[in-house]
Amino acid sequence: MSESKQEKLIEGVLEVSLAKDLLAKMVLTRAFEENAEEMFALGKVHGTMHLSIGQEAIAAGAGPTLRKDDYLLNTHRGHGHFLVWGGDLNRMMAEFLGKETGYCRGRGGSMHIADVESNNLGSQGIVAGNLPISVGVGLSIKMRKTDQVVLTLFGDGASNEGAFHESLNMAAIWNLPIIFLCENNQYAMSMAFEKAFKIEQISDRAAAYGMPGVTVDGNDVIAIYKAVQAAAKRAREGNGPTLIEAVTYRWRGHSKSDRQLYRTRDEVKGWMEKDPIVRFAKLLNVSDEEFKKIEAQAKEDIRKAVEFAEASPEPDVSTILEGIYA
Amino acid sequence: MREISYMEALREAIRQAMEKDERVFVIGEDIGIYGGAFGVTAGLLDQFGPQRVIDTPISEAGIAGACVGAAVTGMRPIGEIQFSDFVVLSMEQIVMQGAKMRFMFGGKAQLPFVMRLAAGSGTGAAAQHSENLENWFVHVPGLRVVMPSSPYDAKGLLLSSLAENNPVMFFENKLLYKTKGPVPEEMYTIPLGQSNVVREGSHLTIIALSVMVMRAQQAAEILAKEGIEVEIIDPRTLNPLDKAPIIKSVIKTGKALIVHEAVKTGGFGGEISAAIMESEAFAYLDAPVQRLAGLDMPIPYNRTLEYHAVPQVENIVEEARKLVKGAY
Repeated sequence: MSESKQEKLIEGVLEVSLAKDLLAKMVLTRAFEENAEEMFALGKVHGTMHLSIGQEAIAAGAGPTLRKDDYLLNTHRGHGHFLVWGGDLNRMMAEFLGKETGYCRGRGGSMHIADVESNNLGSQGIVAGNLPISVGVGLSIKMRKTDQVVLTLFGDGASNEGAFHESLNMAAIWNLPIIFLCENNQYAMSMAFEKAFKIEQISDRAAAYGMPGVTVDGNDVIAIYKAVQAAAKRAREGNGPTLIEAVTYRWRGHSKSDRQLYRTRDEVKGWMEKDPIVRFAKLLNVSDEEFKKIEAQAKEDIRKAVEFAEASPEPDVSTILEGIYA
Repeated sequence: MREISYMEALREAIRQAMEKDERVFVIGEDIGIYGGAFGVTAGLLDQFGPQRVIDTPISEAGIAGACVGAAVTGMRPIGEIQFSDFVVLSMEQIVMQGAKMRFMFGGKAQLPFVMRLAAGSGTGAAAQHSENLENWFVHVPGLRVVMPSSPYDAKGLLLSSLAENNPVMFFENKLLYKTKGPVPEEMYTIPLGQSNVVREGSHLTIIALSVMVMRAQQAAEILAKEGIEVEIIDPRTLNPLDKAPIIKSVIKTGKALIVHEAVKTGGFGGEISAAIMESEAFAYLDAPVQRLAGLDMPIPYNRTLEYHAVPQVENIVEEARKLVKGAY
């Protein structure tokens, strides 16, 4: 795009056109997940899912700071990251419905969606399971002498797993190009942050490993963009990993069976007033009319994706054993 | 042919693989300047440098994760679990990640890594440094499980494991490290899934794993003097398991004795036994299949107790005699 068109930057960092794309991705993510809920209620979906409604700013802020050849290691609550990374909505929806045309041929589902060919190394069912893997990806980058970086996502719950300790330490001692991005959504299933941590901020733990740690407002696209961009630059220049904590809130239950007895309606309501989509739209001065258009487009895209997925074939039972071994 | 030790054979395989393929590297605890707790990687640091011979903190989940992550992004790592017992600390990465990633992601991920593990009792290392845990991994689809019993097999099986595009759990035996045997200097591979008829005989089939192959051979010498001709089969790889030579042999002898060091209950012997029962060999059995295995207990420290916790040559001789003489 060398038509040196001087575009005004949002908060000095984001081009307006990119920012609007990101807003559209956030709206699309929410539409995808609201549709997922609806399909589940109608009995059209067989399995489980984890919704990131209320947390969409993190994917929107983190994704665009990285290059196409960088690596993504996602969480089980990762639909937004998958979309911002460039995931195809049709193949995502097909995976969600367990179809052969899905990213993982219907074998992985919402929780294990991956696109290895685009260096999207998949979503995790074991919290912190992707942290040790990211150490290996970081080592591989170093040995292949490329300047790629790894974006490793996990939640507040994962940072209390032993694998967090081993991985951050190894990444630090070897200066690996990893961005550890913790989505602190306040609850590890039902376990509240205050009950699971004796510290105020998860990012404080970075000091124990000799890496920078920063806590940002996880509902602020720009704040996340700036933090991840700085961490990516640091990693790409060979200066090692960073721990970023993005503080946000999960509006929905952990998964489908959650009766949410561990929190109050008022608490949820309070966070819903901090809706990251509304906030970002406001920042971009998007009019009601324009916003409605974005929403309508998202709904239309979802409708088409559902149509594609529903028309797609189920995996043939004769292929049941495929993909286990090379 | 020149004779070298099991340990030297392993080291030679690693060295040759690293010389040939830049993607191969080793990672583990004390594998660099220390040369590995049992000496397998001695000298590799000098030849290949710290970028490819990576000493880690004591972080077994990290070691396994490093193998998974490097493998899925195009490298061919060899991880070392210093004592195979410590693999309990790597289980999530091996079982949940390494073994399942390809399948979960629709068959599109490649996971070419080898996890080397030093297993077995007999060194006075007691209950947390002496286990034989191979059968846990046989129970996990997505993994290969390899157990070499000789220097020749150690080199050939390690090189074929390194050529695999699947995660391989490569169980070495501590008592075998210093045993010697003929090993070609050049690179060669022994395909995974090829049982080896170690000794031919007509009265009894012994199916033995790892160090028990050696003990079965010693037992066979004693039995031969009594006129009992034992056929010994070493499956060499538990996954894939090459059943055909076992079945063929049992059809010939009509008697099967399975010997392994791991505890009997839930051990691989049950799997071999079932393979015989489910085959045409069933009709040829003239005695029940017998398993001789580790007692169902942790490995004791005391030398005498440790000795009696796992099958020894005399136990194999005794069991073989009973089987051949119709005691069952």
